[in-house]
Amino acid sequence: MSLLKAENIHKRYGKEEVLKGVSLELERGETMVVIGPSGTGKSTFLRCINQLTQPDKGRVWLDGVEVTHPKSSINKLRAQMGFVFQDFNLFSHLNTLRNVSIGLIKVKGMRKEDARKLAMKELERVGLDDKIDSYPAQLSGGQQQRVSIARALAMEPKLILFDEPTSALDPELIGEVLEVMINLAKDGMTMLVVTHEMGFARAVADEIVFMEHGVIVEQGSPQQMFSAPKHPRTGEFLNKITELYGETE
Amino acid sequence: MVFDLAWLPKLSQGLVLTLQITTACIAMGIVLGILLALGRVYGNRLISTPCSIYIQIFRGTPLLVQLLMVYYGLPSWGIYPSAFISGILALGLNTGAYQAEYLRGAIQAVNPGQLMAARAIGMTLPQAIRYIVLPQAFRIVIPSWSNELILMVKYSSIVFSITLLDLMGVGRRIAMRNFRYFEVFIVVALFYLALIFIISQLLRLLEQRVRIPGLGEQAEQR
Repeated sequence: MSLLKAENIHKRYGKEEVLKGVSLELERGETMVVIGPSGTGKSTFLRCINQLTQPDKGRVWLDGVEVTHPKSSINKLRAQMGFVFQDFNLFSHLNTLRNVSIGLIKVKGMRKEDARKLAMKELERVGLDDKIDSYPAQLSGGQQQRVSIARALAMEPKLILFDEPTSALDPELIGEVLEVMINLAKDGMTMLVVTHEMGFARAVADEIVFMEHGVIVEQGSPQQMFSAPKHPRTGEFLNKITELYGETE
Repeated sequence: MVFDLAWLPKLSQGLVLTLQITTACIAMGIVLGILLALGRVYGNRLISTPCSIYIQIFRGTPLLVQLLMVYYGLPSWGIYPSAFISGILALGLNTGAYQAEYLRGAIQAVNPGQLMAARAIGMTLPQAIRYIVLPQAFRIVIPSWSNELILMVKYSSIVFSITLLDLMGVGRRIAMRNFRYFEVFIVVALFYLALIFIISQLLRLLEQRVRIPGLGEQAEQR
């Protein structure tokens, strides 16, 4: 049984149908990278998975539990799905440690001391255990994004959804975030990543999904997608994106 | 001009009443303001519309009219509030409407992405509002809130019109007896001035104390 299953997800904003029936399955421990032009519904799709956006139609299962079921306890299920935002969305009024531990205390009901220990552990994992007293505004973009990854990790999620995690970063700060993500993938974290970083996709993706105009055009292993795409649009897009962003991490 | 030290004890008693009324109505206004602001921002139409109407009415009519309606109007419904209660009630209902609008603005100034991030780690909407949105909104609202507090200290002087002997009421009574209106009201004005100076300093201190480290500093560095 796959860890995550999305079936026929539809979402419409006014007249525009952003998602026109997207389905995919993600196995435990897999890293799946979603690519595609801007405005093709990649972010909307991620948000439909953890119900930050309510899909109009379609169903989502996490580890066999239907997330989209009207009677599902969505807050509990969301806590099992980490979400990393493009613009970090750290809690401005809390220091680094509290940003990571607040979910443990308020959502999981953990004791403050235990939450602190676990938060420290996750901050060490992203290399920021020396910044626990800093506030988000005192950190660089790359550091903020690493804190937000630690915040997601601390909840001990079954998978993490990444919504263009490096798109808001200065080029020289992208590497430190990708490094953390690559290590997560190697440690066996299940990840669904929307990104334009082809170097990352090539290095760790088990599967690449190409989305355009609200549908999945093609999906396959990085090798197949990069060297022998079946659909002409996939090839065009990959060429363009590699030109634009390069392949280095 | 002739001043008399004998005015001071009476005026001080008036000051105490002014402080009591202001404190009580501000406290009432905070509670009311929070509820109205939350209702307007997060409520569905059934909740947000009445909140809007309330705010419109209390901001759109004179405070004096509201005060007289409470004190002289409620008795016709069989409710007889004392002058003291009437003063607090009218001022509190009024400042609640204003505070709601300031707080609404502050809530909407908090980056909505943070609310989403809070939901994404599994917080319920009330939890996200309580632990993430409101602590930041309260910090943002302090400057406009301190304006409102200063206004309420001064507006509280209208309770003299319903027979209360607050700072203004006492001053008026003294002046009516000795006809030294100018001198007496200068002293009354100085009392208000001192009180407002202290309050605004305290609030500035509060603002500095709860300031979020690093926030707003980046612009200066560049």
